[in-house]
Amino acid sequence: MSAADVAAPGATAAGPDVLAEPRGPKPRRISVGRIGLYAFLVMSAIFFLVPLYIMIVTSLKGMPEIRLGHLFNLPAEPTLQPWVDAAFRACTGRDCFGLSPGFINSVKITVPSVIISIVCASLNGYALTFWPYKGASFLFGVLVFGAFVPYQVVIYPLIIGLSTVGLFATLPGIIIVHTIFGMPILTLLFRNFYASLPVELFKAGRIDGAGFWRIFFHIMLPMSVPITVVAVILQVTGIWNDFLFGIVFAGRNNWPMTVQLNNIVNTTTGVREYNVNMAATILTAAVPLIVYFVSGRWFVRGIAAGAVKG
Amino acid sequence: MMAHATRRRLPIQAVAGTVPMILVSVGVFIIGIGASVLWSFTSSKLFPAYDFVGLQQYRRLWADARWLISVNNIWIFGLLSIACNMVFGYLLAVFMDQRIRQEDTFRSIFLYPFAMSLIVTGLVWQWALDPNLGLQQTVRNWGWTDFSFAPLVDAKTAIYGLVVAGIWQGSGVTMAILLAGLRGVDAEIWKAARVDGIPTWRTHLFIVAPMMRGAFATAFVLQCVAVVRVYDLVIAMTGGGPGIATTMPAVYVIQMITVRQNVGQGMAGATMMLLPILLVLALGGILAWRRKRKGVAA
Amino acid sequence: MAEVSVRDLEVSFGHLKVLKSLNVTANDGEFLVLLGPSGCGKSTLLNAIAGLLDISGGQVWIGGRNVTWEEPKDRGIGMVFQSYALYPRMTAEGNLAFGLRMAGVARDEIARRVAKAAALLQIEPLLKRRPAELSGGQRQRVAIGRALVRDVGVFLFDEPLSNLDAKLRGELRVEIKKLHTELGSTMVYVTHDQIEALTLADRIAVMNGGVIQQLATPKEIYRRPVNRFVAGFVGSPSMNFVSGTVSGDGIVLADGQRVGLAGYEFAALPGEGRRAVLGIRPEQIDIRPAADGTAGMKLAVSVVEPMGADTLVWTNAGSDAVSVRVGPDASFAPGQVLDVSFQPAVASLFDAESGARL
Repeated sequence: MSAADVAAPGATAAGPDVLAEPRGPKPRRISVGRIGLYAFLVMSAIFFLVPLYIMIVTSLKGMPEIRLGHLFNLPAEPTLQPWVDAAFRACTGRDCFGLSPGFINSVKITVPSVIISIVCASLNGYALTFWPYKGASFLFGVLVFGAFVPYQVVIYPLIIGLSTVGLFATLPGIIIVHTIFGMPILTLLFRNFYASLPVELFKAGRIDGAGFWRIFFHIMLPMSVPITVVAVILQVTGIWNDFLFGIVFAGRNNWPMTVQLNNIVNTTTGVREYNVNMAATILTAAVPLIVYFVSGRWFVRGIAAGAVKG
Repeated sequence: MMAHATRRRLPIQAVAGTVPMILVSVGVFIIGIGASVLWSFTSSKLFPAYDFVGLQQYRRLWADARWLISVNNIWIFGLLSIACNMVFGYLLAVFMDQRIRQEDTFRSIFLYPFAMSLIVTGLVWQWALDPNLGLQQTVRNWGWTDFSFAPLVDAKTAIYGLVVAGIWQGSGVTMAILLAGLRGVDAEIWKAARVDGIPTWRTHLFIVAPMMRGAFATAFVLQCVAVVRVYDLVIAMTGGGPGIATTMPAVYVIQMITVRQNVGQGMAGATMMLLPILLVLALGGILAWRRKRKGVAA
Repeated sequence: MAEVSVRDLEVSFGHLKVLKSLNVTANDGEFLVLLGPSGCGKSTLLNAIAGLLDISGGQVWIGGRNVTWEEPKDRGIGMVFQSYALYPRMTAEGNLAFGLRMAGVARDEIARRVAKAAALLQIEPLLKRRPAELSGGQRQRVAIGRALVRDVGVFLFDEPLSNLDAKLRGELRVEIKKLHTELGSTMVYVTHDQIEALTLADRIAVMNGGVIQQLATPKEIYRRPVNRFVAGFVGSPSMNFVSGTVSGDGIVLADGQRVGLAGYEFAALPGEGRRAVLGIRPEQIDIRPAADGTAGMKLAVSVVEPMGADTLVWTNAGSDAVSVRVGPDASFAPGQVLDVSFQPAVASLFDAESGARL
């Protein structure tokens, strides 16, 4: 800790090989505090990394080696067979196609959901900021409230509503559900972004004769690239990682990767193939992890932006 | 000629552009929640019914051992995981703020679990805490043959296994939010405290931490919402077991409306889940209102 | 004919009435400056003229047309904003052309008008650049250009120079003045900077609390402010105020000395013994004893502030501080008592309670 940096200057002069008078840069010392600081950070890092390490190592081992119980050892005979099995051969119940159908389903769910939810939310944020009509702030208040509501309170009415229009357990149904539950946080995100722009930009557009849609498409949308990137990151990871909505609303034929992963791993029949299960887990986590490592600071910004409620 | 020119315009295009928002806030969040609360007073089984039975579903709910355990669990899990996340996240944030080397690397490591599905987190920790495969067996292989750490197999301790996974998944986010809060504090505060000779830890605790109220509140609210919603983690890690030892309200409600086909009681449970959120929001609203009033008075 | 006229205008935000029954007219070709401190309603008034906010009562006339219910684009105005408000993802040229494109003007006509405005403002080399690649002064030129291409008779300026540093502000001020002379169009210009107001305006409307305090030429406002607010707001360093009581055609100060005001044009003869405030500008005081036609006072020096071109001497008259502007080479010692004089005709006398000119 920097407590040492603040310590009285007299402490420095006490050293044996310091010149009689302090001159030039103050000697940097490695303090106990500093060592403790790094020790804490490194220990924490190990806590966070161990599970990932175990998964990767185990997924490259054969089952006999795993049964020996040396969890941390590197694989003696590395094999990629568990990965192939996880992707194409692992069983859920009677079907044995591995995770690949789940992957395709997740793509089919995520791509349209992300696009539709972001289009809706950016329009909401824009309208709320620059064209507040009577009742708009009430709608927004309800939406913000919706960001806090436990999903369980609205799931059943949604099931009933979607069944009525014949969209329950269909691909469009799950896309609608993701759009609904992404709307509160995304609208907040876009509204805060547009509210941070100078209003004069909007006024200049009005003077130039542009209306609701033209100001949106010609002036606001080109400026929204950064916030849209944040929103895409937020939505891709969020929707890809979803389990609850997938299992309830998607229907058996559209089950996303997370649901299939859980089915493969927590299936009670047969021998537990830990290596295959871990490979499957890594495969499921791969998309959001890639997004996370590629986007880096943007991801953090997304959390911070999304976290700023109201 | 002196006609008073008042004109209230309803920008039709703006309304048209936000039709989805109108549908979602009114259709889903107002009507949906209303319907859920309404059905909690009926004897709905698999399909909604409209024969009102008063508070009967609530009486049954609070007599159901499964629900009582759920409520107990959410308190243990919530209090422990939020407290640990806050303390651990705050420490990480403070340490990260000491101009350390490799800050970005550390940040990536602390935060990556948050990028992954709670299903993944649950499975990972299910294995790490597996008695025959995970940490316990490994340490025994290292020589401590009587080492014992397998919380998930014991009904009494399984919930603490969930807490560990919760901390692993969530403390990085707390760190990120609090670190942003720390960085947002005026740098001159630090200079002033240094000149005044205030020890660093005191500055942190008594000067800077109170200035980070907003960041703390954000992190806290975020975690409260996550705790009430916790579902995936339980399903993947313990499936609610051993027995029903780690079941949670979110799991309970979903089971009621799917496998157990008892919508009325499920909706009663859902309404109970809504209450604490309403309380927290009302509290926040009152605080904000009072601060605003004080601000006007000052 | 592009006269801007606001009749009985009322604007309220919620229950707060920002403008109450306000009337003002900028004649065709006139440069009207709305001057006042922040929150005085001057920007609200400008936005109401532009049609950028919903008014709650009254009318706005531009060029002889009642445009109260017109869209901003249909009012025949161009507007320049404090933050420039350039569309960041378009080039300077795109910014100039955007309004014309929205209006469906033919392509070659757009090119002609953009070229003309760019030539007038000397921004031709900048046309292909994005706003982020321009300096503050260049951005504001482009913003002015965007208003120019609209080929309208009225230009509205909302504190256009406030975001610029002092040197650029001076340069652009001259440029705007030249532009007005060349175009001869009506300009309504909002600022809180009294130097800008005095240098640019044909007439200034000094505003405070949503009310126009005085609407007059810069000279009149400087010489004969109608009340203490206008007197204190216009002029730098600001006017000195010395309180006392009216006695005959003079005023007795708190420390007992009597200052004769023979030659002052009283608006109405004040009653004997009425409490009043004498206002004198620092540059109107001479350090020489009173002679014929001038009034004399005694001032005790407290602080001397050399400011380069001149020196400001802070003195006391009773309990009131009085500053005197003198040449750069003058030197005084604190405590020294000065015999000073001024011409009563240029001074101002205000009622102590209402602040109105006497």
